[in-house]
Amino acid sequence: MRRAVKTQKLSELAKTVRSKNAGVDLITFDVIFSDAVAYDRVKKARVLTRETVATLYGIAPERIADFVEFDPANAIKFTIYRLKPSGSPGDPDIFGAQQYAPLLDIEVPVD
Amino acid sequence: MHSLRIICPNGHLGFAPLRVESFMFGVATAPDYIAADSGSDDVGPVPLGTDTSTSPLAWQTQDLEHMLLASRRLGVPMIIGSSGDTGSNSRVDLYVQIIRDLATKHRLNPFRLGYFYSEVDKVDLLRRMRAGEIVHGLEGHVALTEAELDATERIVAMAGVHPFIDLLRQGADVIIGGRSSDSCVFAAPAIHHGFPEAQAYYMGKVLECASFCAEPYGGKETVLGEVSADDVRVTAMHPAQRCTVASVAGHAMYERSNPYFEHVAGGTLDMSDCFYEQVAEKTTRITGAKFLPAPEFRVKLEGAGKVGERYVGLVGIRDPYTIAHVDDVIGWARQQVRERFGDTGYELHYIVYGRNGVMGDLEPLKHRPGHELCILVQAVAPTAAMAEEVCMIGTRQMFYARLPDVKGSAGSVAFALDEVLRASPGYRWTVNHTLRCAHPLELFPTHLTTAGQ
Repeated sequence: MRRAVKTQKLSELAKTVRSKNAGVDLITFDVIFSDAVAYDRVKKARVLTRETVATLYGIAPERIADFVEFDPANAIKFTIYRLKPSGSPGDPDIFGAQQYAPLLDIEVPVD
Repeated sequence: MHSLRIICPNGHLGFAPLRVESFMFGVATAPDYIAADSGSDDVGPVPLGTDTSTSPLAWQTQDLEHMLLASRRLGVPMIIGSSGDTGSNSRVDLYVQIIRDLATKHRLNPFRLGYFYSEVDKVDLLRRMRAGEIVHGLEGHVALTEAELDATERIVAMAGVHPFIDLLRQGADVIIGGRSSDSCVFAAPAIHHGFPEAQAYYMGKVLECASFCAEPYGGKETVLGEVSADDVRVTAMHPAQRCTVASVAGHAMYERSNPYFEHVAGGTLDMSDCFYEQVAEKTTRITGAKFLPAPEFRVKLEGAGKVGERYVGLVGIRDPYTIAHVDDVIGWARQQVRERFGDTGYELHYIVYGRNGVMGDLEPLKHRPGHELCILVQAVAPTAAMAEEVCMIGTRQMFYARLPDVKGSAGSVAFALDEVLRASPGYRWTVNHTLRCAHPLELFPTHLTTAGQ
């Protein structure tokens, strides 16, 4: 019998999940954890990587400009290129502030 | 001087008012400088293009008043960077005038008012380009072309510490800056007083957004930075906030693609080996910052160009069949615009809230729309009259969309307003490039005058 893998949502584990412009051509995403335990768990689970992010957002991996695991802040950070600079007519999110929502539901396996 | 202490009451001064209580706590620590950045390219290209502020004059004035009165009472300099959101020349003039008016209003003793401009003359830039200068594109943009320069309404250059230091050397008590890197507003006085560039730029980096480097989250509260020869200490002034290792390190990531590097005119702050430690309840100490001077002095340029006049319309949809076929509804309306105006010479955008309005193609749930949709229609065209008509056709024709199996045959959409509304003109970022300069001050002329009576 296959045992179901227990998971927790990223929103339950992270203290901060946010997105914001990094200049006019990039949107950067920060996932920050309260402690190294939760951070390491997510890092080791490989559920938040260049590849998983590209799949989740339906973009080519080349659109991810940067992907950094930033230990001093217990944080995982990645940045994507916009297709058009911020604030061009038709841009629905001039500040890039509401692009993080899909990250909240990422399932993280419980050890 | 063993250390230098600077308070920052606001990141992007004017965009929302500073909080007075923590500012007063900051002032009570008797800092050596009071400084804040007042700009951002986050607000999009419209303010730079139209040469306006997105921040209300009342809020700009209120914050400048708090800072000026505290600065004059303590007898310490006050520094503002990127005046009026964009740091264009008109915004510098506006802030200089506000400072003058406040000095008169409060009968302040005379003080030295320094300011510098950041706008780049298009003719001058064209001359440099024709002389062979390559204006390199950032983030994968191609080098600036004459066509893109021609399409640009206004350009500002991003100053580093140099014009601020120049004005401090001239004895300025108050500095009103044009467009400048946020961190340089704070790094300049530290460098002026002989502290190492690495520490100076790191302090600027950590102070630039005021209490965004503190926790719990709460913007517009004052923080205090202290720089010495070998460290930076940052302290939250609000009674309920603390600067912690997590909040300070977390802020190093904010609004940048890489948490380790910060580029400014003249070099790069390298935070790869930064070490953070909690040295008091509300204070975190940072060591290990490095500054790498650039081999070539290049200055970032920002420019906005006009796309056209703009009108917007709003539409609602409730019929589940129509929601499932919303792209056909939009397609019908687009076709009617094409029949009137052709394929080109205007822009027509549909933002479909309730489906993927906020995220567009990045939306993973775009195939699961809600039970009702709101659609924002935006039309941009060379004249207001044309933009209005494009928007009107693009909005109203959604009402007449011909869907084969629709039950409701009296109108495909709901209008809360049976009109289209004039919006700000559409602009786009045309310049996000760097220009080589022979001298750090060549794009940033400084001026010193007096204010007060």
